[in-house]
Amino acid sequence: MNHLGYIVAAYAVAAAVVAGLVAWVVADNRTQKRRLDRLEAERRGRTAERTNP
Amino acid sequence: MWSLTQLANPTRFLGLSGRVLPWVAGASALCLAAGLYLSLFASPADYQQGDSVRIMYIHVPAAWLAMFCYTLMAVSAVGTLVWRHPLADVSAKAAAPIGAAFTFMALVTGSLWGKPTWGTWWVWDARLTSVLVLLIMYLGLIALWRAFEEPARAGRIVAVLILVGFVNIPIIKFSVDWWNTLHQPASVLRMGGPSIDPSMLLPLLVMAVGFTLLFVALHLAAMRAEIFRRRLRTAQLVAAHRRPVGAAAAAAQGGL
Repeated sequence: MNHLGYIVAAYAVAAAVVAGLVAWVVADNRTQKRRLDRLEAERRGRTAERTNP
Repeated sequence: MWSLTQLANPTRFLGLSGRVLPWVAGASALCLAAGLYLSLFASPADYQQGDSVRIMYIHVPAAWLAMFCYTLMAVSAVGTLVWRHPLADVSAKAAAPIGAAFTFMALVTGSLWGKPTWGTWWVWDARLTSVLVLLIMYLGLIALWRAFEEPARAGRIVAVLILVGFVNIPIIKFSVDWWNTLHQPASVLRMGGPSIDPSMLLPLLVMAVGFTLLFVALHLAAMRAEIFRRRLRTAQLVAAHRRPVGAAAAAAQGGL
């Protein structure tokens, strides 16, 4: 295979970009969902405290 | 049958996208695996370019998606400005980093293809320059979204800029026809049908479908994250309003 260095570099860049995108999207999704769940759990806790002092 | 308005409801979108997302991601992985095999092992070398033509199988789908993503953002911008639908702004904002990444990929792989084919990494011709402008526009839009505290206000301002910048998309597409460029003219989406041999067209189309499914999966996941982020912000604002003044001030100092 000729021009192997260019081909490997191009596919490596593409793989790195795709891997970075997937990692960022998955991490962002989990972080936001966890924060939202924690806030909702705190709110439920406060509501329960007010109704059952 | 669901209407478009029902589908555009954020809660319904979260339910539907949660069910569809694993299937789209799986289909994308399968398509990309098949496409990589066809591109690297089952397709012939070009009679002029040799094996460097294999870079085409990632460069062309990345370039198509760079333009498709901006077009999707322009449609979403119309949804933001005309119907003021929050999901339209969520769609545009979630698509921007993905579009920037695909544009970057198209530029770098194009440069790596250009060196052995043209003898240069870069040339300021109309196609390459207009794609570089597209990348700068993506980055500018991402920065502008982050410059405003209020998402709805940011969405409307950015939507106007997205529509202004959409003029660059036909310039990118037709730059190779309107000006004398080093970049070759269109060889797949052209009048008279594709000019590529079927042995190279098949891997290219399989990779294009794989990249498109990957984009859909990433976009759906990024939209879900953006909806969660906005719900979190709303919940924090509501919590801050309900809290006593002293506690809210202390929380604000703590960077809530």
